[in-house]
Amino acid sequence: MERFKGTDRYILSDALREIVNAAIVLQRPLLLKGEPGTGKTELAHVIAEDLQLRLIRWNIKSTSKATDGLYVYDTVQRLNDSRFHDKDVSDIKQYIKLGKLGEALRSEEQVVLLIDEIDKADLEFPNDLLFELDQMSFDIVETGEHFKAKRRPIVVITSNSEKELPDAFLRRCLFHYIEFPAPAMMEKIALVHFPNLRQALLSQIVARFYFIRQKHDLKKRPSTSELLDWVQVILAGGISEQELNKRLPFLGVLLKTEDDVARVSVH
Amino acid sequence: MFLNLFHSLRRHGVSVTFNEWLLLQQALSENLADSSLTRFYYLARAIMVKTEAHFDKFDQAFLECFGHIESSDELLRAIEEHLLRMPPLELSEEEKRMVEALDLEELQRRFLDQLRSQDDEPHVGGNKAIGVRGRSPYGAWGYHPAGVRIGQREGRLRSAIQIAEKRTFKNYRDDLALDTRSMKTALSYIRQVVREGPKNSLDVDSTIDATCRNAGELEFIWDRAKKKRIKLLLLMDAGGTMSPHAELVSRLFSAAKDIVKDLQFYYFHNCIYQELYTDISQMKAVSTRKVLDQTHRDYKVILVGDAYMAPSELMSPNGAIDYWYRNDRPGIEWLIDVRKRFRKVIWLNPEPNAWWHSVPSTRMVQKIFPMFELTLEGMRAGARALIKQ
Repeated sequence: MERFKGTDRYILSDALREIVNAAIVLQRPLLLKGEPGTGKTELAHVIAEDLQLRLIRWNIKSTSKATDGLYVYDTVQRLNDSRFHDKDVSDIKQYIKLGKLGEALRSEEQVVLLIDEIDKADLEFPNDLLFELDQMSFDIVETGEHFKAKRRPIVVITSNSEKELPDAFLRRCLFHYIEFPAPAMMEKIALVHFPNLRQALLSQIVARFYFIRQKHDLKKRPSTSELLDWVQVILAGGISEQELNKRLPFLGVLLKTEDDVARVSVH
Repeated sequence: MFLNLFHSLRRHGVSVTFNEWLLLQQALSENLADSSLTRFYYLARAIMVKTEAHFDKFDQAFLECFGHIESSDELLRAIEEHLLRMPPLELSEEEKRMVEALDLEELQRRFLDQLRSQDDEPHVGGNKAIGVRGRSPYGAWGYHPAGVRIGQREGRLRSAIQIAEKRTFKNYRDDLALDTRSMKTALSYIRQVVREGPKNSLDVDSTIDATCRNAGELEFIWDRAKKKRIKLLLLMDAGGTMSPHAELVSRLFSAAKDIVKDLQFYYFHNCIYQELYTDISQMKAVSTRKVLDQTHRDYKVILVGDAYMAPSELMSPNGAIDYWYRNDRPGIEWLIDVRKRFRKVIWLNPEPNAWWHSVPSTRMVQKIFPMFELTLEGMRAGARALIKQ
C-alpha cells in the first residue's frame, strides 16, 4: 500500500505522519484536534494530494443531520412532477440525491473523506454515523438499494472541541492532537509560504509572535494563519527587524479583539 | 502483548477498552511500530487515548511500563549512518539452519559487545560485525532468525521515554471536562420537543391526504419543525463555603451553556437578596426584582448552592454575610419570591444528602425548594422534577 509522506508545502511532525499511515492501514477514521490554525483541515487536502486521491469534503453545520450526509429523498420534487406527466415518477431513483458521505461510499476509487468540524453538529450526530463508518455501507430505504464502499475511504475528522464527542464514537477513531508548533517549526512553516524571507527578519518576527502569544492573557491567541498574514504585511510595509524590536506594527492582523490589542499595546 | 500498559492506563483513569487494545495488537502485527519505542508511543497513544486531557495520564502510564528501558533510538541512528542500503541477502533453507539461533539476552549482550569493538567502517557481508547483508545477528537487510533488526527505515523519531518524561500535556489535563457529557445528558432530559419557527417543514402524510382530497391537484401542508428546547435560569452560589465545589459548579455551567440556547445565569453570595450578580467575582450587580420580572415564568430554574449559612443570613434584615451589605428584606423572602415566580424550580446541593438535616439553614431552604444532590443521580431526579407537569 502506498504510504503517506507529506508534501513540500505542508510541514508535519513525524508523529503525525506515522499516525496518518496507521489510520490508513488499520482503516480507522482519524480524529484531529488542536488549536485553530494548526492545519487540521489542511492535512486532509495534503493526504489527498500526496496519495493522488479525490477529496470529498463534508462541512458540518449546527443543522447538519447524519442521514443528510448519506442521501436526501426529494419528496417535494416528486410530488410536483406527479402533476405533469413528463417524468416517470415511479422511478424513485431520480429523486434520491446523495450526500457527501453517500458519495464517498459509492465512489469506485478510493477517496479521502474529510468531515470538517464535527463538533458543530448536534450531540448525537457522531453516534448516528457509527454504523456507516464501521461498515462503510448504507441502504437507501426508498429504493431498497444497498451500497458498500469498494475501497474504504480514508476518513479524516476534525474537531475544535466545542462539544465533547461520545465515547462509542471515539473508540472507533485514531486520535491525534496537533500541538501548536514550536518556534523552530514555525520558522519552517513560514519559509514554506515565504521562501525568500531573510532569516534574521524571520527569527525576529517569530520571536515577537511567541512573545505576544505567551506573555499576555489573551482572549484569542493568534495562530499560524495570523502569523502568516503578519509576515505578509510586514514584508509589504518594508519593516526591518530593528524596527520590529522597538514596536509591534499591524497588531490588528494578529489580534482580533479591542481588549487584546489594548492589553498588548500597554506593554 | 503489553497487557501491563493496558492495565496501567486503566489504573490511571484512562478508560481503554478491550477493542482498542485488540486494535493495537493488530497495528503491531502490521508492523506499524517498526520495533521503535517512539513509534510505538505515538501509535499506542493514538489508538488508546481519545482526548488530549488524558495524554498526561498516558505519559505516566507509559513511564510506569517502559520507563526503565534505556532507549536505543539514538544508538540506532548512529549505527544507521554507517550502513549501506543493499538488496536483501538471499539464503537457502540449509544456510538458514546454519545460522545459529540465539536467545534474546544473549543477543543483546553480543550486540553491545560487537558495537563497542567495531570500528567506523561500513560492513557488508560478514558473519560478525554490525553491517548490512550479513549473517551476523545484528544489522540491516541481513538474515538471522533471532536477529536485532536496526536502521531499516528512515527518520527515527525522538526517544519515546524522553517525550513521555517531558509530560508536555500536563497543562491539558482537564479533569473539569471529564464529566460534562454526562451532565449534558442529564440536562438534556429537561429539553422538551416543541414545534417552533416558520412553517417550513413539509408534512408528507397530510400533504398526500390533502392532495387526494383535492382530486390529485397538489396541495402542500407545511408545519413548524420540531426542535428540542429549554429555557433555563441558573442561579449559582459563589460564596466562600462553595469554593470546594467551584469546579463542579463550573462544570455544570459549561454543560448548561452547551446545550441550552436560552440560558440566563446569575451568581449570588450564600443567599439571594435584592441584587444578583452577572459575574463570578460579584462586581456587576443587577436588581433581583428586575430579573424576576423580566424572566418568563416558563423558564425552568435551577439554584445551585450548599444552603449552608447562619440562620440570620436567611431570616433577618441586614443579615447578609457581607458586613457592608444592607438588605431590608430577609433572604428567605427573596427565596420565596423566586419560588413563586416560576413554575418549576429545583435546588441542587453539592453537599451530600446525609448532611442536610443537620444544617438548620439547609432544612429551611429545603422547605421552599425541592432539593437534590449535585450528583448524576441527583441531577437526573431533579431534571424529572423539572419537567413534571
